[in-house]
Amino acid sequence: MGVGDPYGMAITHAIASGMGGMRGAGDLVARMQMTRGMKIDEAKAYVAKKLRIGVTDLTDPVIMTELRQELGLGTVTPLPGQLNGLEAKFRIADLLGIEINCVKRFRQKVSL
Amino acid sequence: MGDGSPIEMTESELRHDLEEGTREAAARGKVPALSEDELKHLYEIFAAPYRFLSVEPGKEIVLSYDAGTLKIRRVGIAVNRIQTLQIYEKLLGADTMELAHVDYSFKPIKPIIGNEQPVLEQALLVTHIPLFYGAMPNLGLYSQPDGPFPNPSELLPQGKIAEARDSYEKSVEAAIRDMVYVSTAMIESGADGINFDTTGAAGDPDFLATLKAVEILKKKYPDICIELGMAGEFVLGMHGDLRYDGVRLAGLYPHQQVKLAEKAGVTIFGPVVNTNASRSCPWNLARAVTFMKACVEVSRIPIHVNMGMGVGAVPVTDHPPIDIVSRASKAMVEMTRLDGL
Repeated sequence: MGVGDPYGMAITHAIASGMGGMRGAGDLVARMQMTRGMKIDEAKAYVAKKLRIGVTDLTDPVIMTELRQELGLGTVTPLPGQLNGLEAKFRIADLLGIEINCVKRFRQKVSL
Repeated sequence: MGDGSPIEMTESELRHDLEEGTREAAARGKVPALSEDELKHLYEIFAAPYRFLSVEPGKEIVLSYDAGTLKIRRVGIAVNRIQTLQIYEKLLGADTMELAHVDYSFKPIKPIIGNEQPVLEQALLVTHIPLFYGAMPNLGLYSQPDGPFPNPSELLPQGKIAEARDSYEKSVEAAIRDMVYVSTAMIESGADGINFDTTGAAGDPDFLATLKAVEILKKKYPDICIELGMAGEFVLGMHGDLRYDGVRLAGLYPHQQVKLAEKAGVTIFGPVVNTNASRSCPWNLARAVTFMKACVEVSRIPIHVNMGMGVGAVPVTDHPPIDIVSRASKAMVEMTRLDGL
């Protein structure tokens, strides 16, 4: 999307038709579009299979928050000791079987 | 209306504008018009007595954000760009986000790239969603007085067509170098993707430079995501005889543009349909859906339709009313089977 105030554009589109980002699995589905060029249905099916849930569960904030906590994928509300930020992206890369650029870069820098 | 002002329409006026909108797009783009069932669906969306509509559960799509970090600063909230990324990620339900500089063009970013890279590197430590780095090709910056080459807008009225074309061709080469330089630096700093936003704003030279830059970057970084979003619904023929892969760029519509984007190696394509401010929102939405449906149908890569202010039937106003934005969002997603906005 593009120009316009966040209430009129970003928030409206997010509620009308978005996947909800980290409240659900929107970021994970986006990563499959970005790394494998998957169209939306294929990307959703791929992520749902990896998470072992149904496609409609991908936008459920309760199911996804529990799953994201359990799998260390990062959550909207961080709890003590949980994986956050780059730490969580290591888990996301492993779960989805993709390379994440900044994770690869971190590995190289610290010689992992 | 397309300028955001509220109007009331009778049933027959609504039907008429929907029919005229799709007819106009079909004639202009030489694409199929919407069917009776599709027009009925659009009619129901506009006739619904609710201030906000949404897609059915399960039909949600992915969102990407052109010039993402500029939106918070633009409304005067004093937060830095990393905080903006976190606000979008944690508060606004963003699936992806984009780091951008206020001078949102590749050329001016080149000399300050060393200041941009650490911001992205720090942002990547504290965020979870994929982060693009985005800017505009903006070939307008390559002609005098802003750039090194003679100004085609001054040459053309003098009848110096060959000189104007030569200037455009030199601008293309310089812009490719800048786009590849900046993109390479941000990819090396960890960006998940590069967004070429408002491609074609300066016409066919702008589009050609971007396609060639994408080609180079995809050879260098085959796994990196490149999103190419357009500036307008058809490519302006400022040069008039530039070609990519043998195809003349001037005058191409979204369903033709996407085929060249695929060839160049683009991962996600962002087509545009301009909003006509003096026509009604139903007219604009029927027209936009008709163009976008044709584009999605021929595309092998994900499509994120541009639905910011002034495009995709979103009214031309800084504060688009949510009744029309939500209706446009729902209709575009449900009727075109696109992959994102």
